[in-house]
Amino acid sequence: MRLINLSPSKPLAAVLGLLPFIVLLLLYLNASEARLAENPNDKLLPGLTAMVDSVQRLGFTEDVRSGEYLLWSDTQASLKRLATGLAVSASLALMVGILLGTLPYFRALAGPIVAAISMVPPMAILPILFIVFGLGELSKVVLIVIGTAPVMIRDMAQRVLDMPREQFIKLQTLGGNSWHLMLRVVLPQLLPRLLAALRLSLGAAWLFLIAAEAIASTDGLGYRIFLVRRYLAMDVILPYVVWITLLAWLMDIGLRVLSRKMFPWFHGQQEGEA
Amino acid sequence: MKLIEVKQVSKKYGDNVVLERLDFSVEAGEFCTMVGTSGCGKTTFLRMLLGEETPSGGQILLDGKPLPDEPGEDRGVVFQRYSVFPHLTVIDNVMLGAELKSSRWIGKSFGARRQEIRREAKELLDAVGLDHALSRYPAELSGGMQQRLAIAQALIMKPRVLLLDEPFGALDPGIRTDMHHLVLKLWRETGVTVFMITHDLKEGFSLGTRLMVFDKIRRDAQAPNAYGATITYDLPLKHADQSTQDSIASEVAQTSRLLAGAK
Repeated sequence: MRLINLSPSKPLAAVLGLLPFIVLLLLYLNASEARLAENPNDKLLPGLTAMVDSVQRLGFTEDVRSGEYLLWSDTQASLKRLATGLAVSASLALMVGILLGTLPYFRALAGPIVAAISMVPPMAILPILFIVFGLGELSKVVLIVIGTAPVMIRDMAQRVLDMPREQFIKLQTLGGNSWHLMLRVVLPQLLPRLLAALRLSLGAAWLFLIAAEAIASTDGLGYRIFLVRRYLAMDVILPYVVWITLLAWLMDIGLRVLSRKMFPWFHGQQEGEA
Repeated sequence: MKLIEVKQVSKKYGDNVVLERLDFSVEAGEFCTMVGTSGCGKTTFLRMLLGEETPSGGQILLDGKPLPDEPGEDRGVVFQRYSVFPHLTVIDNVMLGAELKSSRWIGKSFGARRQEIRREAKELLDAVGLDHALSRYPAELSGGMQQRLAIAQALIMKPRVLLLDEPFGALDPGIRTDMHHLVLKLWRETGVTVFMITHDLKEGFSLGTRLMVFDKIRRDAQAPNAYGATITYDLPLKHADQSTQDSIASEVAQTSRLLAGAK
């Protein structure tokens, strides 16, 4: 049989999916053991026990100086910034995207400037943000917004333009005006697509969050990683990276489940077309 | 009283003349079927009636007044596809028109008014045979059911004119016959004026009271776009016999081949 026609059974697929993770873990443990055998004080590839100790210290014992559990306070600070930034981006994307997609006059006015802004590398204007908004929370949130909103806005506008024109005509024959079109036809059909756009933006949002925290912050997951870098504390950095990855993954799954629950018509339609 | 008057209407896109010398009128309550090969301007004409396109020359009058330049609630429409809203259930799709009318700002109704609209929508869905599928989404319906829904959705506005753009083009032959019966029944009950485009000559002849054939009679081999299509036959249907049908069929087929060759 041709390779393209062979597909694994469900349990086999699960095993196959786990395989790379296990291989990666084993490779790491082997390398770590080899280095530690040579030099027990090696910091580059800490063993599992060292990492568990770090997690224990950061996550489950009070910090002597601040009296906080650092892993959780870092997580809380980071998630707050991330959620605020993404919420602002999503609202902007929805409003500007709908206007761009439905009103030709607004598209003529704002289309080019949105396209231009989306080409500005966000990291290049980070210094400007720090100068204008100071080193506090605002500049970090603004960086996330600037990094994710333009792409989402353009995506939403394009999704509106992709909607069949027949629907726009139909609504007018039902007596609807421009506002009705946005509220009853475009907005509800855009919401599941917004969740999809959010999922795709998660990666970028985390990138800009960590970057902002690395440069100017006093707490947060990114701050902690860059802080302990000075001591080559791989036993802290590695668990933090795993934790961040886990959080991002959970958010992605959460958004997907939410979308399926809230918009059954959207997912039914997609499967019908596939 | 003439419902629609088409006065010397033509339509061109740049140098490309699509339609020319359209001149006729339609009484209220007529059922006009429009046939012709692809590229003969049937859909363009329908779009002008809809208000989606404006004539390049001439004028279309509705009730003696010039047609507005945008679609409105006096002209309902059913397209071949995408006529219904995928995010609304069957009942919500039908209620939408009435809801928009009852609420200028949020386009949604509540309480007693909503119950009343719902009752009205249910009656319409009863009439098109969809009363068992009220809370389903369009993606869960077959093609024929979606078109039934689209018709019910259009009729809740009680439009003067119902425009059907190849509404059954994508359906199986058996279901098509059912749909013919349904459309005729609704037309008789509501007295709405119907314009229906079809590719199927037989469908054009068997439905309706009047058949219009769109065809290109003036052709210039050097400049295939210099002349547009116009209405070559405009027949009251009871007088149409088999030989007329055959000769129209062969003329339409000939134009179709010529147009295909010109491309």
